[in-house]
Amino acid sequence: MSDFVQSLRLWFAPQRIRDEGETPDYRFSLANERTFLAWIRTALALVGGGFAVDQFLPDLRWGVRVGLALALLAGGVLCALRAVNHWVRCERAMRRGEDLPVSRFPAVLSLSVAVVALAMVVLVVFGWAGR
Amino acid sequence: MNAAAEARDPGLQPERTRLAWRRTTLSCTVVAVLAVKLTVSDEITAKELTGLALSSLVWVAFLAVAHRRIRALGAARPLPLSHRGALLAAVCTIALAVFGAAVIW
Repeated sequence: MSDFVQSLRLWFAPQRIRDEGETPDYRFSLANERTFLAWIRTALALVGGGFAVDQFLPDLRWGVRVGLALALLAGGVLCALRAVNHWVRCERAMRRGEDLPVSRFPAVLSLSVAVVALAMVVLVVFGWAGR
Repeated sequence: MNAAAEARDPGLQPERTRLAWRRTTLSCTVVAVLAVKLTVSDEITAKELTGLALSSLVWVAFLAVAHRRIRALGAARPLPLSHRGALLAAVCTIALAVFGAAVIW
């Protein structure tokens, strides 16, 4: 966690990163930027999914619907924060010539999405059977 | 453009990055439209107008960030993305989520 706080400081101190190491090949920085954008799109998709749950599943009970929607929205926020964090850390690692950072986030995210998807399938099937 | 006359990257990295920004802008547009649909119903009240204004504001902010970056990517050897650009893009995403959460709640 202290690792996270440390990289949080880097978010707002671009100069500190620029002082370290050497500027990498511009193509590596662009590839890192595209990865960042892909994560931002994932975050946007989760946010859009949260909106869609609220809009298109009006038959669900209020608590369930709002819970699902808020879970997806929270996932989107986490994803966006993580996008910046990962981008900064990759940028620094490339400047220092270190290995790129590894993380558990993709595994956690895919498991959470799977759980939410399963919950939705169960809810929709039961809602349909109960009619 | 003069930049095109310089040695072009055979991997088309700036172009690919530019298209990635376009795709992301498109995603942001879809989410902003969904956000507007979330707030707007039949009657126009102060709440609806606020929702419309906030979603449009976030969308325009994202568009501005993307546009600046796309223009910067026109160079043959573009500089890396600025911290401000990255943070603004993330903040726009988070703003849409927070705004949606407030409406859904």
